[in-house]
Amino acid sequence: MTVDFATMLLAILPELGLVVLIVVVLGLDLLWRDKRVCRLGWLTATGCLFLAVLSLVFAFPPAEPLLIWGGMLRFDVVGFVFRILFLLGAALTALFSLGQDDLQEHGEYYGLMLVSTLGMSLMASATDLIMLYLAIETTSIPLYVLAGFRFRDDKSVEAGIKYLLFGAMTSAVMLYGFSWLYGLSGTTQIAELAEQIERHNVPLPLLAASLVLVLVGFGFKISAVPFHFWSPDVYEGAPTPIAGYLSTASKAAGFAVLMRVLLSGFWEATLLWMDLTAGLAIISMTIGNLLALAQTNIKRLLAYSSIAQAGYILVGVAAGTSFGMSSAVYYLMAYLLTNLAAFGVASVVGKRVGSDELSAYAGLSRRAPAMALILLISMLSLGGIPPFAGFVGKVLVFAAAVEAGRWWLALIGVINSMIALYYYLVVLKKAYLLRSEDEQQPLQLIAGWRVALLVCVAGMLALGVVIAPWFDWAGRVGWALTIY
Amino acid sequence: MQFPWLSLLIFTPLIAGLIILALPAERRDWIRGLAVIAAALDLLVSLLVYFRYDVAVGDYQFVERVPWVPQLGISYYVGVDGFSLPLVLLGTVVIFCGVLISWRIEDRPREFFAFLMFLGASVLGVFCSLDLFQLFFFFELAVFPKYLMIILWGYPKTREYGGMKLTLYLFAGSVIALVGALAIYFGSGLRTFDMLALEKAGFPFWFQQFWFPFVFLGFAVLGGIFPFYSWAPDGHVAAPTAVSMLLAGVEMKVGAFSALRVGIMLLPEGARYWATWILALATVNVVYGAFLAMTQTDFKYVIGFSSVSHMGLVLIGFATLSSHGLLGAGMQMFSHGIMTAMFFAVVGMVYDRTHIREISKLGGLFHVMPWAGVGFIIAGLVSMGMPGFSGFVAEFPIFMGAWQTLPLVAVIAVIGILVTAGYILLVVRRVFFGMLPEFGEHVPDVNILDKIAIGVLGFLMVVLGWFPSLLSTIVQSGVDRILVLLGGG
Repeated sequence: MTVDFATMLLAILPELGLVVLIVVVLGLDLLWRDKRVCRLGWLTATGCLFLAVLSLVFAFPPAEPLLIWGGMLRFDVVGFVFRILFLLGAALTALFSLGQDDLQEHGEYYGLMLVSTLGMSLMASATDLIMLYLAIETTSIPLYVLAGFRFRDDKSVEAGIKYLLFGAMTSAVMLYGFSWLYGLSGTTQIAELAEQIERHNVPLPLLAASLVLVLVGFGFKISAVPFHFWSPDVYEGAPTPIAGYLSTASKAAGFAVLMRVLLSGFWEATLLWMDLTAGLAIISMTIGNLLALAQTNIKRLLAYSSIAQAGYILVGVAAGTSFGMSSAVYYLMAYLLTNLAAFGVASVVGKRVGSDELSAYAGLSRRAPAMALILLISMLSLGGIPPFAGFVGKVLVFAAAVEAGRWWLALIGVINSMIALYYYLVVLKKAYLLRSEDEQQPLQLIAGWRVALLVCVAGMLALGVVIAPWFDWAGRVGWALTIY
Repeated sequence: MQFPWLSLLIFTPLIAGLIILALPAERRDWIRGLAVIAAALDLLVSLLVYFRYDVAVGDYQFVERVPWVPQLGISYYVGVDGFSLPLVLLGTVVIFCGVLISWRIEDRPREFFAFLMFLGASVLGVFCSLDLFQLFFFFELAVFPKYLMIILWGYPKTREYGGMKLTLYLFAGSVIALVGALAIYFGSGLRTFDMLALEKAGFPFWFQQFWFPFVFLGFAVLGGIFPFYSWAPDGHVAAPTAVSMLLAGVEMKVGAFSALRVGIMLLPEGARYWATWILALATVNVVYGAFLAMTQTDFKYVIGFSSVSHMGLVLIGFATLSSHGLLGAGMQMFSHGIMTAMFFAVVGMVYDRTHIREISKLGGLFHVMPWAGVGFIIAGLVSMGMPGFSGFVAEFPIFMGAWQTLPLVAVIAVIGILVTAGYILLVVRRVFFGMLPEFGEHVPDVNILDKIAIGVLGFLMVVLGWFPSLLSTIVQSGVDRILVLLGGG
């Protein structure tokens, strides 16, 4: 199957565009050494949206997946849908970063964010272990820097270092797993792994060992228990918009890779990884939710909640079916918008009130009813309450579990979502019931925040009410993941 | 295609709620005005639907269907039959009265009326749903209005506890039912959430036996079934008046209705297998609930526990799986909804004016607020099952059905009715008659809006007592349909 050069070039046009955008942002940062530098955030956001449109027009995936660039990448709907998600996430994060002087005045802040977006985009389409590893590192290294971006703030530095150490460690283990896979199969092509493993009659224990090693790396990316220890500290210390980005886009990229590698690479060990991911799902949901109950800081609470959310998504993955993958993808779309909105509110309140403690939310519904309503919508969507996106996501992943005959997994999931509802409602209680002294002062919102929050709310409603078109996309992704 | 009456019914409060949220908070008159107009419009539409429903034809009428997620067989699918139609009417009546009663809410009326409208849309949506996914969608839509209304406008001492307990209990029940519903969806092999198609799926016996408890009990938590009833008194008491009315009057019926619609109607063999157990639990509800109500010293808790007791009768009616029992259950749902809305409305009026709920500190209020007194007495007579009121025509068939199925249940449940008569008469005597306490002379009478609400609710209870056929013919047509599903009955 030969693909002509022009097609291959068009297929990575959005990635090339990202490189151009990075150069432009860094260049303008050098030229604009004055107040104009604050426009870089808008430039990044519009640039990302433009690239999303570009990929819709030029890099629209063909009906049959194509291997391009010598089998390094796969030109398919998986990469396409996830790329749109990452670009959306980056655009919203750029908007939330506006008005934070120590972030928006630095061109390299946006530059690093875009580099990591580029890495994620490549992660979602990589089909070669080496390419995959490079993509993962391209994503991670800028994120280490971004987490520690406020280098005068001890907590931020601690976050950066902690993230770096955990990241380096797990990625080394994962790379070791990749080397096992190469040793067992003699190929780095993910699509050929399963076939080669079958031909060489690789014993299951060896395959299982490499599976576990690889899962360490992916588990870190999606912050599933027991690879989650970094996330509360990193989210708490990192600049809030970056914490939001880490918890959404970066996690989605991890899931894209996880699903692709499990389905195509470990086809031989399907039953095993179904059980392993089900186990990860159960402990991630349970531990994430139980620890979230005790949090008093919104960012730590969201961190534990996002560990639990990774668990729900794993429920869909653990089904091991095409429908399961589609449900996980739908959940990821819903989760991306919802969690970005939640972190967006946290970022706005943190900036204006000057605290990330839950007590800072007292009186929010009186001083800023619209903000309180957005908080309400995002918490309910995280909790899985209609008419918001999270409800559909939850129904779909639990449905996938029931379809695969794992109704007990769905049962554990719904019991967990009840526990989770408690702490989401506690946040709302703070915002709506408690009073504070400064509740008469309105909360100043800058234009960028308004736009970003509106986009999130519209997205949560759209995914929660107009379900069919988005599910159609998720369904195609699920299908493309399962055919090889 | 005919006019989409049911969509009008469901979306009027939803859209009114959204518009109210967008209004400036200072325009209180606009906010209340819009809420009452939406509620009145809904009431009129539901009356129109009620009287245009053709009993001779039966089955589901006013059906609308639009594909929603065709890939999964989900559609927006509404329709009413003889069983759900009275509940729709109940919902609109109670929402209307609830808006009137809440007229003088001072704190953030915009959010209050918007959430009340969302709650209304949720219950009406459930009653009209013919699609299982849609049913859950509307069912869970009620979660946040319930919680926020209880904790924001409820009784300060217990609202945080009561609100959280109620919300989590009901959410837990409904999500467990959701797992059962998903099993039904996949087990049928039809790949559709259309409940009319799922009714004919013919599930194997073991399947029905296994999944029935999940679905039935999950929903019946909201119906207040023993031993998962304790959210009800705590939640109802903590809630503001209008929300207590809606919760006890309508939401509990949402639970019972969903348990019937999804549990019994989709898994009839499972229902037959588990019927005796449900009868036993429901009988405990009736008797234990009544005794608990008897021992309360708080005016509102008496009513809270009486709901648990009366919902037990509904569940007994369901579990008989007989024509009489189901007819009675259908009528009891309507009658109890109106009755308990009246109870909570009067309790709220008394508390708003005296700020006392201790029964022992109240007395003689009939002299200062006669309308409230009359309303409470009518509801009390309904509650006792006095002939001439709607309670009698509802409870009598339930006991007939229970007698035919398991006479022991009827015998034990009668004790509950006797105790009910006891506590109702005690409360009436202590609160409305006897000596008026010193503060009593300064207690103002209820206002005109309260009188309208009392009038509407009281009128319905008396009219149904004398002309039960207004309700029973419609309910019977719904029951006949259920009996077919149960295998000829």
